[in-house]
Amino acid sequence: MDQINNSIGRRAFLRNSSLASGGLILGFSWLNSCKPKVVAAEEVVALEMPKTWSELNSYIKIGDNGVVTLIAPNPEFGSNVKTSLPMILAEELDIDWEMVIIEQANFHPEKYDRQFTGGSQGIRRGWPGLRVAGATARQMLLTAAAQQWGVAISELTTENGIVYHKASGQEIGYGELAVLAQGIEVPEDVPLKEIKDFKIVGHSKKNVDTKNIVTGKPLFAMDHKEDGMLIAMIAHPPFGKKIKSLDGSTAKSMPGIKDVFTITTLQDDYERNGFDTTTHTELAVVVGNSTWEVMQAKKALQMELENISDSEFVMNGWGGKSTVKVPAGLESSENHLKKMEEMGRKKATVLRKDGNPEKAFAEADKILERTYTAPFLAHNCMEPVNCFANVTADEAVLYAPIQAPEMITGTIAARIGLPAEKIHINLSRMGGGFGQRAYGHHLVEAAAISQKVNAPIKMVYTREDDMTYGIYRPTYTATYRAALDKDNNLIGFHVKGGGIPEHPVAANRFPAGAIDNYLAEGWALESNITIGAFRAPRSNFIAGAEQAFLDELAETMGKDPIDFRLEMLERAITKPVGENNDYEAERYAGVLKLVREKSGWDNSSPSGIFKGVSAYFCHNSYVAQVLELSMDGDMPKMEKVTAAIDCGVVINPDFASNMAEGGIVDGIGNAMFGEMSFKEGVPDHKNFDTYRMIRHTEAPKSIDVHFVESEVDPTGMGEPPFPPVFGAVANALYKATGRRFTKQPFITDKPPLVG
Amino acid sequence: MATFNLKINGKESQVDVDPSTPMLWVLRDHLNLVGTKYGCGIAQCGACTVHLDGTATRSCMLTVSMVGNSEITTIEGLSDTGDHPVQKAWVEVDVPQCGYCQAGQIMTASAFLEKNPNPSDEEIEMAMNGNICRCGTYTRIKKAVKLAAESKQA
Ligand code: FES
Ligand code: FES
Repeated sequence: MDQINNSIGRRAFLRNSSLASGGLILGFSWLNSCKPKVVAAEEVVALEMPKTWSELNSYIKIGDNGVVTLIAPNPEFGSNVKTSLPMILAEELDIDWEMVIIEQANFHPEKYDRQFTGGSQGIRRGWPGLRVAGATARQMLLTAAAQQWGVAISELTTENGIVYHKASGQEIGYGELAVLAQGIEVPEDVPLKEIKDFKIVGHSKKNVDTKNIVTGKPLFAMDHKEDGMLIAMIAHPPFGKKIKSLDGSTAKSMPGIKDVFTITTLQDDYERNGFDTTTHTELAVVVGNSTWEVMQAKKALQMELENISDSEFVMNGWGGKSTVKVPAGLESSENHLKKMEEMGRKKATVLRKDGNPEKAFAEADKILERTYTAPFLAHNCMEPVNCFANVTADEAVLYAPIQAPEMITGTIAARIGLPAEKIHINLSRMGGGFGQRAYGHHLVEAAAISQKVNAPIKMVYTREDDMTYGIYRPTYTATYRAALDKDNNLIGFHVKGGGIPEHPVAANRFPAGAIDNYLAEGWALESNITIGAFRAPRSNFIAGAEQAFLDELAETMGKDPIDFRLEMLERAITKPVGENNDYEAERYAGVLKLVREKSGWDNSSPSGIFKGVSAYFCHNSYVAQVLELSMDGDMPKMEKVTAAIDCGVVINPDFASNMAEGGIVDGIGNAMFGEMSFKEGVPDHKNFDTYRMIRHTEAPKSIDVHFVESEVDPTGMGEPPFPPVFGAVANALYKATGRRFTKQPFITDKPPLVG
Repeated sequence: MATFNLKINGKESQVDVDPSTPMLWVLRDHLNLVGTKYGCGIAQCGACTVHLDGTATRSCMLTVSMVGNSEITTIEGLSDTGDHPVQKAWVEVDVPQCGYCQAGQIMTASAFLEKNPNPSDEEIEMAMNGNICRCGTYTRIKKAVKLAAESKQA
C-alpha cells in the first residue's frame, strides 16, 4: 500500500477532531445501532435517516445506522466535482456508495482547503487530501473496532462500511463504531488503497444532482428566495465610458420600484487581487419588488455618460504585484485587427529560443508561414450573473454562482466593512462557469446593494447585462513559420503570438523540445475591454492555431499528420531539445496512437467524409481528437468525433466522458460561430439572437471518448478536451474544401462557407 | 395590476400582476415555481420552456394576459415524482452538466414526443434546435430522447 502523509488531509482532521468530540452525539443507543440498512438502493433521498451523526472530520459524518454524509467541498459548475470528489472519500473510507448522502459545503476556509473550481484542478488538487481524509477516518474506525474486540488492527478488514474480524467471525458496522471512533486520536500515516482494489473510483456513478435537476428543484442562486427579499438590477455603460449622472426619477415612480441609485463597488485605490476583475466600479441600480417590474424600470433610467480617462490600479495577483493600465478610448474590432497586424510585424518579447532559428530560416530552402486570428468571446453561461445578499450590521449572507469564493471574501469584507469571517457564502450550483464565475464582482455588487437598501436582495443581470459586461476571452493572433531544407526536413520553427491584452503563447509546450532551432515570441496591447479566464485560457486559441499549422506542415513535408507528430514526439522522447519542456512526450504520443486506432484513421474515409486530427496538452491532461465532417452545400455537418484522453486515473468514467463530449461540442461551436466584436466601445452582440451559439443540429452526430488506462494521479477534464477541437475542425474543413481556415469564427472566414 | 386565474400543473392559482408580465416571471417570482429558467428573455434559448395546452412554449415571451383558460405545465408538474419517461431517460443517460438549461430541454422533448412518439435522429435535432446548452450536452440529450421514445413504446 502507498503511504501518503498529506498536509491537506491532516489539517482538516486536526481542526475537527477536537470540534467533533463535543456535543454532536445525542441519544445514541446501542439498540438502534445496526448494520447499514438500505431503504431503496437507487435513491439517496430515500435512505433512512440516522438518529445521530458522528463527525469524524470535516468531510465525513457517519450516522448510527451506517448512512454516511460526505461533504462536497468545491463549488459545482457542471464538471461533476460534487459527485466525483466525494467518490474519492468513499473509496478510501471503504463504504457502500448507495449509503452515501452528499452535502454541498458552504465556503468555509477553516474546514476545507482550496474550495476553488477552475483551472481543471478540482480533482487533481483534491485527490491526495481526500484520499487521506477517507483513509484516516477508516483507520479510526478500525482502531475503535480493535479496541472493542481486543484484537490487533492488522487482523481486521473492511468492506462496504463494515469491519470484519475474520478469525473470530465478528463484524460490526461503521454506524456502531463511529461514535467510538470520534474520540480516537487522529492517526499520522495511514495506508491508502491500491488503485487496482478500487470499487468506487473508476466506476461510473450518477451525478448526485441529476434527479433534482430534471425535476426543477431550486439549486441555483437565481432560484434563492427569502422573506422580504427585493430584486435588484444594474445598468452599466459600454467600454470606455462611465456614468456622469443618473436621473432615476421616472424609474423610481414606476410600479413596484423601491429605489434607484448608483453604487461604487471598489475604490480607485483599492489593491485588487487577480480575481477582482471588474469592468465598472460604478453602476446604476434599480431595486424593486419583482423582476419584471425592475426590468421595466431599468429601461427608464436616464444615464448621462462620459468618456473615461487613462487610469491604473494596483493588482496583487498570483504572479505578484503589478500596475495595470486602463487606457481611455472607444475601441472597435476593426481597429483591434489593424493594430494587431502592426504589432505582428514588430519585434516582440522572446519567450524561448533554442539553437539558431535565425540561421535556420536564412538558410531555408522553403518557408511555410500562416497567421491565425480569433475574436473576443463571451462566456454566455446559461445562468446569467446573479447573487443573493443579505447584509446586516453583524454579518453578510450570500448565495452566489462563484468558482473562487476564497478570492472575493476579502474584497466583500473591505467594501462593506465587516470582518471576513462574518461573510458567509453559500456555494449554489452554478449554471455554468467556464472561468467567468471565478471573478466575484457580482458578490461585491450584491453585498453593497443589500447594505445600501438594508434588505435582503437578489441582484440579477439581464442576459444583455451579462453578455456586454466584459471579462471576455481575449482576442488573439499568432503567426507560425517553419523552415524546411531542400530535402523537406524541418530545420527551424517560429511562433509569434499576441493579443489584447495578453499573448497566447505557451513557449515550452510541444513542439518546443522536438526542434533544434526554435523561437517563441509574444506581445500584448492594452485595452479597456476586460478579460478573464475562459475555458482553457490561451490554449483555447493557440492549440487550434498550432494544430492547424502542424497539419499544413505535415502536408508540405509529404507526411501523414499523425505520423509527423509522432516523429516529432519521438525526437522529444529520445533527444529532447532544451530543459523546460512542459509535457510528457510519451503520454502525448499515447493519445495520438489511441485516437489513430479508435477512429480508424488509417482506413480510407467513405466518400464525402473528411477527417481532421488534432492533439494538445494543457491543464495537465492529454487529448487527441479525430473529427469527421461532411459538407451540405457550403455548410459543414459534424458527423463524428473520436477522442483519446490521458487524464491519469479516471474518477467517474461516464461523467468524464460527458465532460469530453461537452468540451468538444463547445469547442466546435466557438470555432465555427463564437464572436464578440465592438464598435466604439459598444459590444455588437447583446443576446442570443445575434450571438451565435452552437445548437443541436450543428453538434456532432456522435462522440466517441476513450481513456488511456493509467494509474497516474488524476488530472482535470473541464478544459483539456476543448482547445484541440478548434484544430480538428480547421483540418477537416481543409480536407473538405481545399482551403485553410485561419480566422475564427470559421463561419465568416471568407471566401464564405455560406454562399 | 390585474388579477389572473391560472391553471398550472393541474391546480388553480391566482396572481395579481401587470398584464404585460411574462409567465416566466409569474412562475418564478409570484408562484415560487423556479424550475423554469431565465436564459435570454427573447425566445432564443429555450431555458424557459413550459407546456401551454401540451405545446412547448417559451414562457419569457408569453404574457400572463395571453394565457386565458389554457393549461400550463412546468417542469415541477411534468410528473409527481420525477418518473416521466423523459425525466427517467435523462437520469439514465446522466445528461446534465451544469443543469441550468435542462428543464427547458426536458419540456421541449416531452412535448415533442407526445406529437412524434417515434422520431428519427434528424427529427429530434430539429425539434430540440431552439434549446441552447452552453455545456454542450446535445449528444446525450439526443440519446435520452431516443431512450424515452423507446421506453414509451415498450
Ligand atoms: S429565456 Fe425564454 S427562450 Fe430564453
Ligand atoms: S447543462 Fe449547462 S447549459 Fe446545458
